[in-house]
Amino acid sequence: MKVITANFVTCAVKECKTSAASFPLHFHDAELEQQELDFQPEFIRNVLPRVDWDSLRITANELGFPSLPETKPEGDALNEEQTLKDLHRLLLETQVIEGKLVCGNCGHQYVIKEGIANFLLPSHLV
Amino acid sequence: MLPTPDTSHVSFDTIYEPAEDSYLFLDTLSSASESKWLSERFKKSTSTSSDSSNSVPLVVEAGTGSGVVLAFAAAQSEHIFGRQDILTLGIDVNRNACIATRETVSAAIKTVQQDTKLNTVHISSITSDLCTALRPGSVDVLLFNPPYVPTEELPRLPTESENDSTKSKSMSRSAKFESDSYFLSLTYAGGADGMETTNRLLEAIPGVLSDRGVAYVLLCKQNRPDEVKERIRAWGGWNAESVGSSGMQAGWEKLVIVRIWRQEAS
Repeated sequence: MKVITANFVTCAVKECKTSAASFPLHFHDAELEQQELDFQPEFIRNVLPRVDWDSLRITANELGFPSLPETKPEGDALNEEQTLKDLHRLLLETQVIEGKLVCGNCGHQYVIKEGIANFLLPSHLV
Repeated sequence: MLPTPDTSHVSFDTIYEPAEDSYLFLDTLSSASESKWLSERFKKSTSTSSDSSNSVPLVVEAGTGSGVVLAFAAAQSEHIFGRQDILTLGIDVNRNACIATRETVSAAIKTVQQDTKLNTVHISSITSDLCTALRPGSVDVLLFNPPYVPTEELPRLPTESENDSTKSKSMSRSAKFESDSYFLSLTYAGGADGMETTNRLLEAIPGVLSDRGVAYVLLCKQNRPDEVKERIRAWGGWNAESVGSSGMQAGWEKLVIVRIWRQEAS
């Protein structure tokens, strides 16, 4: 599961959808693996509009990455190769192999095993 | 003809084997008219590189099975979407299907990359019930080849332990047969009118699709596609059209693929 996934998923519990605390889900005990991918600056530039920056900053922090800038890179910053390379590494090359994603609202833990996160809810939560 | 992604690594004990409906999906997405429509919707603007319309599309398939449809969309993204940079995310209730899909999509992307530039990345396969775990407004293209066969009962969703493949290894032959049959029933059994699961997916569409979002849903004759389309048009602001079909039967198409999209976004 690539780190960028955390930017597209939220708690599966219906009642949590309206709570701001359900996004992003929080990584716990994450085991990471790096998979080298071709660095394409333009690709990363076009991935960035898709990214919710505040939640990515939280995710990066939880996974032990160096702090991201406070605001999303734009303008000239989008031409700084190092910035784009760092984002490429975090979003696309880093995979979460084991660990949990935890909802900040209800506390439910979504387990990640061999890179597959399980969002199926136990019957009492459906 | 564009190549069909390789699924020879997939064990079809619990996973749907690509069939007529899967291939109809491949043919419809890559048809001249549909790829033209999608390419116009998702093409990059030539003006500035920071334009948000250049943002990479997120393509999600619910119920990936072997992953053949999502792998085709990924590998042929240049032909279908007019761009070589999409993100794909696969969803299935069967963990084995998620593992299979991850491999099918990654391998299809790698095969294309041997000859051509392709930035498309498969970001994840997750076990989940349809779109329930997706962030609202995040999906640009949603693909769904549902369990569409009318059945008396709709099978329940698997539990975590049923999805634990280490357990199936220690099962007796008859227990494994029962478990495999259960997982296969999830791939086809659609409950009343074959629509119980599809109806839940349709309800989720307005919430989960982005402003430029579009969904492709396969229906069979017994699902009464014309009524389904009418129902979607009655949502207000939404359109639904048949864009692919196969297998004429007594003057009716056996299978159709319906495109569903917001009317206001052009």
